[in-house]
Amino acid sequence: MELEPIIGLEVHTQLLTKSKMFCLCDANYQIAEPNSKVCPVCMALPGSLPVINRQAIEFVIMTGLALNCSINEFTQFDRKNYAYPDLVKGYQISQYDFPVAYEGFLEIETDDQPHRIGITRAHLEEDVAKMQHNNDSTNGHTLIDLNRCGIPLMEIVSEPEISSPEQAREYLIKLQNIVRYLEVSTGDMEEGSFRCDANISLRPKGSKTLGTKVEIKNMNSFRSIHKALTFEIKRQTIAINNNEVIIQETRGWDEEKEITFSQRSKEFAHDYRYFPEPDLKPIKISKEHIENLKSSLPEMPQERRDRLIKNYNLSEYNAKLITSNKATADYFEACLTSHSSKSSQQIEIAKSIANWINTELAKLLNQTNTPIENIKISPKSLINLLNLIEKGTINSTQGKQVLEKMFDTGKSSEQIVEEENFSQISDLDSIRSIVKDIIVQHPDPVQDYANGKENAIGFLVGQVMKTSKGKADPKISKSLLIEEILSGTK
Amino acid sequence: MNILTDLTIHEAHKLLKERKISSVELTDAFLENIDHLESKIHAFISVTPEIARSAAIKADKKYQENSASTLTGIPMQIKDVISSKGIKTTCGSNMLKDYIPTYDATVLSRLLDEGAILLGKGNMDEFAMGSSTENSFFYPTANPWNLNRVPGGSSGGGAAAVASGESIFALGSDTGGSVRQPAALCGITGLKPTYGLVSRFGLIAFASSLDQIGPMTRDVEDCAIILNAIYGKDINDSTSLNVTPADYTQSLDENIKGLRIGLPKEYFAEGIQTEVRESVLKAAELFKQAGAIVEECSLPLTKYSLAVYYVLAPSEASANLARYDGVRYGVTPTNPKNAWESIESTRGMGFGKEVKRRIMLGTYALSSGYYDAYYVKALKVRSLIREEFTNVFKKYDALLTPTSPTVAFPIGLKTHDPVAMYMNDACTLAASIAGIPALSIPCGFHDGLPIGMQIITTYLQESTALKLGYTYQKMTDWHIQRPQL
Ligand SMILES: [Zn+2]
Repeated sequence: MELEPIIGLEVHTQLLTKSKMFCLCDANYQIAEPNSKVCPVCMALPGSLPVINRQAIEFVIMTGLALNCSINEFTQFDRKNYAYPDLVKGYQISQYDFPVAYEGFLEIETDDQPHRIGITRAHLEEDVAKMQHNNDSTNGHTLIDLNRCGIPLMEIVSEPEISSPEQAREYLIKLQNIVRYLEVSTGDMEEGSFRCDANISLRPKGSKTLGTKVEIKNMNSFRSIHKALTFEIKRQTIAINNNEVIIQETRGWDEEKEITFSQRSKEFAHDYRYFPEPDLKPIKISKEHIENLKSSLPEMPQERRDRLIKNYNLSEYNAKLITSNKATADYFEACLTSHSSKSSQQIEIAKSIANWINTELAKLLNQTNTPIENIKISPKSLINLLNLIEKGTINSTQGKQVLEKMFDTGKSSEQIVEEENFSQISDLDSIRSIVKDIIVQHPDPVQDYANGKENAIGFLVGQVMKTSKGKADPKISKSLLIEEILSGTK
Repeated sequence: MNILTDLTIHEAHKLLKERKISSVELTDAFLENIDHLESKIHAFISVTPEIARSAAIKADKKYQENSASTLTGIPMQIKDVISSKGIKTTCGSNMLKDYIPTYDATVLSRLLDEGAILLGKGNMDEFAMGSSTENSFFYPTANPWNLNRVPGGSSGGGAAAVASGESIFALGSDTGGSVRQPAALCGITGLKPTYGLVSRFGLIAFASSLDQIGPMTRDVEDCAIILNAIYGKDINDSTSLNVTPADYTQSLDENIKGLRIGLPKEYFAEGIQTEVRESVLKAAELFKQAGAIVEECSLPLTKYSLAVYYVLAPSEASANLARYDGVRYGVTPTNPKNAWESIESTRGMGFGKEVKRRIMLGTYALSSGYYDAYYVKALKVRSLIREEFTNVFKKYDALLTPTSPTVAFPIGLKTHDPVAMYMNDACTLAASIAGIPALSIPCGFHDGLPIGMQIITTYLQESTALKLGYTYQKMTDWHIQRPQL
């Protein structure tokens, strides 16, 4: 029996508001001393009352609009009751039947196929405290840091319309990019600003009914989400093929063992006893307010991609890569701005910048796992490097080496070229003497070229470059080689 | 007995302003009375003499500088459900017996800003759950009119303090009658304002959609003075109302001629003590003499108030009391094996029987499968009760009812019968559920125990209730009676 997975994702993303969700405490808590960003409200002292952060509401409206959602003109908060030591009030202020945004979609692409994934809802709630479990420094106790209590959290729930781990990953990457474009969240997974839980079930292909749903938690990267879903599909497939019953449960992802494990079965599932939060009045969101937010939405990835293609004639491929991350696109456009080119040259320059960003720079960023926001090479600096190559001071092979050094040290290209004696050999006499040596050392390829095998010249140019430690101008080397070979055969 | 402790706020203010007395003298007189009476009355959970004396010195300075307001130098008791910075706030519970808040409730800081003097914190039923102050973890409060009787509750400490001369006024909190019923049983004046008129910030929550802080005073004029000081929008309480500024003392002596008063017959039916019913009906006669139009009317849905209240209030309480896990405050066990054991024994030790009963009631009512039958249904009936009031107020400016079905009952009589205890609030619950103002003032005695009547008005019409109460107190002297102690 062929089975197909049905996946739904729940994403919790912290919002970049100035203050917390229901009090005036600083929401920038990550680097603060434990328990220093707190007040009676977020510590849940007796008698304290929540006050809604309007900016958080606007952020969810904006995200909802970017996800093609309808916005509720009447929205309200509810209490979600459950007991856990990180939940100081014993209930979480969340939203139940009137979320800020509902019924939208997100379009993704896997294997060049477009898919439209439905968004069920986007709502607001508050984050909980951070717990640090027993280790040496805590003397076996669990420590609790309330700084994170009350940080606004936006929960975005997808329809169960995702049918592979690849689609799940694409969906998340796209969603992360959207919240970053909107500047409503850092979208950072490692810091825990962007968290994902998955619901997954399997059913016979073509069937309309849903199988038993399993929820997977604690996946901390796109990679682990992909792996966890792949594992879970395999596990459930084997179970179903062995006629075992899938239990409705919550499973955790073990990053080290790369398996999911049972955490809680349905019998122990919480009854959250939702009821309307009596400390907060329902909120009316006017059509006008929604329209205002809609018209002030920043440019979204798709729009930006289209603009880059239109304005700079970038290839579809380059434009897609550049805009797949807001910071990369910002970097790209900053490079363009710092280049003092005439508009007639702009298309050429843009292409060159895009190529460098998408290949060499991307390689360095990936290797070192550095976000482009933290790069030591300023846009201006990258442009200077490209100028050096353009002018012929160094060749592009050298350019790659210089870039690497710039990436590591943050020094300017000029400084590196000077310090490391990188300048290209372009005087004819020096190159010619190397060329002559190479011709003597490699008679066979020389003969091949003379016999009309044009490819052979590449090998010889390579040898010249090698001997000159990459400093010889490859164009000059090539023309001198041809000149010498042809003159020798005369 | 010191004559100073018999004064009302307006009388004391006049003497202070004329420098006939000082705030230090006045404060000391109350502190002495507290010393003298507390062993009998138990109106306070904590007394703060040093704080009171140093505030009194400051208040006297204000009078010398002519920068005093009506409440400057006036001693008060604050119910121990209202947070006071640096001063133990126990909520009448073992759970919070050592809890010291880091901030003042908005009402308290407003009163302190006016220069009022904090004498201490008032005894109460644990977490404001009760009608007799017998549910206090510390001790029951005695009714100053008869020490073997309850003072009512949950703000029994405030009512007893004001009646006995241990404080000029008190702040109570009223969720289903907790200001009005003890006011009636102790022969003082108590007001539950419109829901949202007074900030709840710093008021330890029992049932958030019903809780409201209110003044407990010796007469209606004092009640208006306190309301002036505490009402109004608070940015820290989203449910507080943005109302146009008012001076509640201004309209007190307006003529009540032509005002239409309804006597809802359901409030005079079975279960109401004969003497209570007769006293209220006599008061109605006096209103007629003063020119008001008095007629019988009907509020048939009132009988559902008790059921609605005992679904909604415990439901909200079950969530409000979930924060007491012993981590940040509250009692903690000595050697718990893990977090869960710690939380369980904190709650086991910290909460009394009635609190546990209501948490269980509320948890049950909100549980999946029961939510629609209980909570949702109660919300629906709540809006019907509101609607019924809206309709009846199209015809009447005020409703007159008994505050409590009986006079004060003996201590211990109803402690083992929760439903009999709940019936004490039968007359006060409906106004709480509807969120409308209700004033209780003394209107007679039976067996040497005070009888109270309730004046209910519509949304934000406190001034009408106060005006009627003021007129009545001009015609009667029930409110100036003091118990012999
Ligand atoms: Zn805070």
